[in-house]
Amino acid sequence: MTTDGAPLRVDSLRMEFGGITAVDGTSFVVEDGTLTGLIGPNGAGKSTTFNCITGVYTPTAGHVYFQGEEITGLAPHQIARRGLVRTFQIARELEEMTVFENMMLAPQHQRGESLIASVVPGLRAAVVTEERGLRAEVWETLEFFEIDHLAHEYAGNLSGGQRKLLELARALMTDPEMLLLDEPLAGVNPTLEKKLLERIHALRAEGYTFLLVEHDMEVIMENCARVIVMHQGQVLAEGAPAEIKEDEAVIDAYLGEPI
Amino acid sequence: MTQTVTGAVTETMRRLVGDSDLRMIGVTIGGVYLIATLLAIAAGYDVGGIVNTLRAITVFAAGYGMLVLALNLHWGYTGLFNIGVAGFMAIGTYVTAILSAPPELSPGAGLGLPIPIAVLGGMLAAAIAGVLTALPALKMRADYLAIVTVALSEIIRLSIKSQTLAEVSVAGVTVGTGGGRGISYPAPSDAASWLIELVPGGTVLYPAGAAVGIARPVVTGLVYMLILVAFTAAFYWLLVQIGQSPFGRVLKAIREDELVASALGKDTRIFKLKVFAVGCALMGLGGYLWLGRSGFVNDLSFRPDITFFVFVALIIGGAGSNTGSVLGGIIFSGVLFYLPQFISQNFVRAARAPDTFVEALSGDLAGYLVANISALRFVAIGVLLVWLMQRRPEGILGHRMEAAAAIDLRGGRAGGSDDD
Amino acid sequence: MGVASRVGHLRRRLPALSGEVLVTLVVIALLGDLLRRLVVGIIGGPYLASVLIEGITIGLAYGLAGIGLSMTYSILSFANFAHGDTMTIGAMSGWSVAYLIGGIGTATVGELVLLDANPGLSITASFGVILVGVIAAGGLTAGLTVLVDRLVYRPMRRADGIPLLIASIGVALAFRYLAAFFYGTDVMGITQPSGKLALLRVDGTTGIGVLTATQSGSELVTSGDVAGFIAITSTAAPTGTILSVTLHSVVLIVVASILMLAVHLLLQRTKMGKAMRAMADNKPLAQVTGIPTERVIRLTWIIGGALAGIAGFLIVLKSGTVSFNFGWRILLFIFAAVILGGIGSVYGAIAGGLVIGIVDSVAIVWLPSGLTKVAAFAVLILVLIVRPEGIFRGVTTA
Repeated sequence: MTTDGAPLRVDSLRMEFGGITAVDGTSFVVEDGTLTGLIGPNGAGKSTTFNCITGVYTPTAGHVYFQGEEITGLAPHQIARRGLVRTFQIARELEEMTVFENMMLAPQHQRGESLIASVVPGLRAAVVTEERGLRAEVWETLEFFEIDHLAHEYAGNLSGGQRKLLELARALMTDPEMLLLDEPLAGVNPTLEKKLLERIHALRAEGYTFLLVEHDMEVIMENCARVIVMHQGQVLAEGAPAEIKEDEAVIDAYLGEPI
Repeated sequence: MTQTVTGAVTETMRRLVGDSDLRMIGVTIGGVYLIATLLAIAAGYDVGGIVNTLRAITVFAAGYGMLVLALNLHWGYTGLFNIGVAGFMAIGTYVTAILSAPPELSPGAGLGLPIPIAVLGGMLAAAIAGVLTALPALKMRADYLAIVTVALSEIIRLSIKSQTLAEVSVAGVTVGTGGGRGISYPAPSDAASWLIELVPGGTVLYPAGAAVGIARPVVTGLVYMLILVAFTAAFYWLLVQIGQSPFGRVLKAIREDELVASALGKDTRIFKLKVFAVGCALMGLGGYLWLGRSGFVNDLSFRPDITFFVFVALIIGGAGSNTGSVLGGIIFSGVLFYLPQFISQNFVRAARAPDTFVEALSGDLAGYLVANISALRFVAIGVLLVWLMQRRPEGILGHRMEAAAAIDLRGGRAGGSDDD
Repeated sequence: MGVASRVGHLRRRLPALSGEVLVTLVVIALLGDLLRRLVVGIIGGPYLASVLIEGITIGLAYGLAGIGLSMTYSILSFANFAHGDTMTIGAMSGWSVAYLIGGIGTATVGELVLLDANPGLSITASFGVILVGVIAAGGLTAGLTVLVDRLVYRPMRRADGIPLLIASIGVALAFRYLAAFFYGTDVMGITQPSGKLALLRVDGTTGIGVLTATQSGSELVTSGDVAGFIAITSTAAPTGTILSVTLHSVVLIVVASILMLAVHLLLQRTKMGKAMRAMADNKPLAQVTGIPTERVIRLTWIIGGALAGIAGFLIVLKSGTVSFNFGWRILLFIFAAVILGGIGSVYGAIAGGLVIGIVDSVAIVWLPSGLTKVAAFAVLILVLIVRPEGIFRGVTTA
């Protein structure tokens, strides 16, 4: 069953670990071309849901649909191949590779990823051509994120904030349909946060869909068109930030925490 | 303190050699040649003897070079901790041997196929063995993979040694490993004389050599040495092609953080299988060309010790660097392996050296040490390994991370020149 | 989709137990075949019993050595590839001491220490000396491993498992070739053949007794010829030995069992033992709760080293010979025992050791003698594929 215009649909997702049910009947939809936020207090099941969607876990029950096709239980690389790409909460940079190498790694279906094509002299020429094309794209993307001056630094030498930018830039190189960002602003200073958000908004304007998992309520409320609130493994509320702010159940769940 | 010493040595090396890989290799092997020549002269060798010594050292270095490069593909590039190298060498060598050996038991028996086909068969067998090993081990932790590959290597060796497989009838044809007695087959080193006779005017090498005091078998030996060096260069070229490509990029990513590679859409399992297959095929070929060069092998040729020596060589040179692999191969085989053995064989008055350690204490300790330098060099290698792990795990060149791309990533900026 | 992704897909869909189920079925099938052969008469009861005893004996040695390996694997988080050569050092140093004490007057000090003499030691002739040897083996190896930890592993406390593993390979090489340097590379005969504990029939009576090294069961005349004879029942079958085990093997079994019991008591009843279990279970938590980690680590090395040294000594006692690389050659068996039992579990190491010993021994029923080791290694590989946490679900620390 497809719902046109909704790239991501989660249906009655359930995830059990031993005796613990981390996610218990979660369902929501992410609309095309939106910046949607997924929030909830600690232990709400956000990360688990995230990992179920991206194939890190196979859910105990329920379904995940991406662009109308079921992706429940597929392997992470298969899901990424379909255009649903995630970033990591603690930026996982390939430290002993340069920023440039990190970026060149990302694009999908590279001709040179075939062993034969890379080695056989005649076929390698085509790989070289493709590499040149990718190189140009990388420069463009690095410039968009204003980290082009770091192009040949080892990713391990980057600051935390720079890594977050690289993380997003790299994800973009995969030519995704939708991006799942796992706490992209965690531990980022305000200036950089602003820059990141600007980029995200710019990309959304170009047609990318985003689902942001975040801890910082304020940021989500200010930036997302739609917000999904999770609590104790279930969806508590869904809607525009204004509605969510007034929602009794949400206020209860966040008792004591600033909304 | 050791930091500054290592730093000083590296700096001097760097100034001597510059950043050219070829020069680094040249200087290193040249250094080994120099030491060897001096020792040979001191031992009273004539020109023929000196040349033969240098030849033997180069053969060793080339052999190790091939194997260390193959292991670098697994461990240095992809982070696959394969310590079953000896096993894959054995499979490659034995299958080639059986395919090319004559049908009469001599010991061991084969199918008498032409050598090039036999070689391809051996490499294919090693590659398949690699895939079969890697399939169940795709998700294994590095240390578990290490144990599995060692266990497999031992299973292979025991199977080769066992009498059960010494002689087997398959579809009316008798083939066999020869069991503990080993297997005889057409020697790869014969390719040298074949080549000399093939090339017009090649046979002039024999009288030319004789004129300088180099005996005929040494001349053929020198030609085979060149063949081995050519193969080592070919291995090097292949690894550079693999490493500096999108394929190599994914391998590096797998080594760094496999989860990221899959999150970016790469099916890491396929990459691991392919790389395992290629590396094992190379190990099989290297085993045949080097350890199997005389046309005879048995199970003792492929003891697990070989794997660990290749490993040490890789660590010395720097895992991840192809040039480092070659350097490690040269240094290990030449300085740590061959030369001590040479000293022991040529500078010991065997009759006068004390028989046991206790005798040595009251008598000629130096003589005992030299006579037993074989054992001591392994102690030194063990200590070196510990030191490397503590102070310089990246070896000589491991820190030099060769960029994994088919083009120079520094070029191609808008406004800059497109130089690749 | 290539083969691997199809395999991966399958793996995902099938229940996780299928690998274990398969293995269990194979084991049941093999046991069934064994029973069949026994019943039909292809193999005799006494033969099977002697094979089993052999397996249990060597298995106990593997288990004893495995305890140390298992503990260092879990507490220090790396696979210690020097463990086998540690056993060699323990065996050789222990026997050097035994020779020194037991061989006074038969050869020079130098020859004795280097095991280059033949003082005719055996458990019956020189019980006390061998006992001293056992203690020396334990003490000297314990001291050596603590020294090695100081020099090699302590500076690397924060390192990953793989650099530590590689460093241990270096230690293994150093140990092995120091042994070769001092003792030479030949295989050395160590003990005299010892008497046997036997189940036998003599003069119409079945019973248990001790035969000397030279006595043959079928040549006995009366039960008085057999030392310590205890009659069990009368029999019409002819005089002869039914089943026997050498006294050296008996010593191995007894000493190993006592030591294992001692380790059990240490772990369960003492404070340090509890600390060790805590660290093996959850190192970061243990550190946070104020357990003296360096002390625990040192104790782990001491115990592990001592047990390895004693196990090596006992194996040499049983087999009668030693060579500089005998420990290296059985390293994989010890790993098999530890992984089968579950890394970090002392009882797992013991159980694993017994299983591996028995597998290696009983495999002779189906495999030619050159390939029985393959069975044990195959078990190791299977365990790593199907159930890497082992029987007792040991710790799977990195």
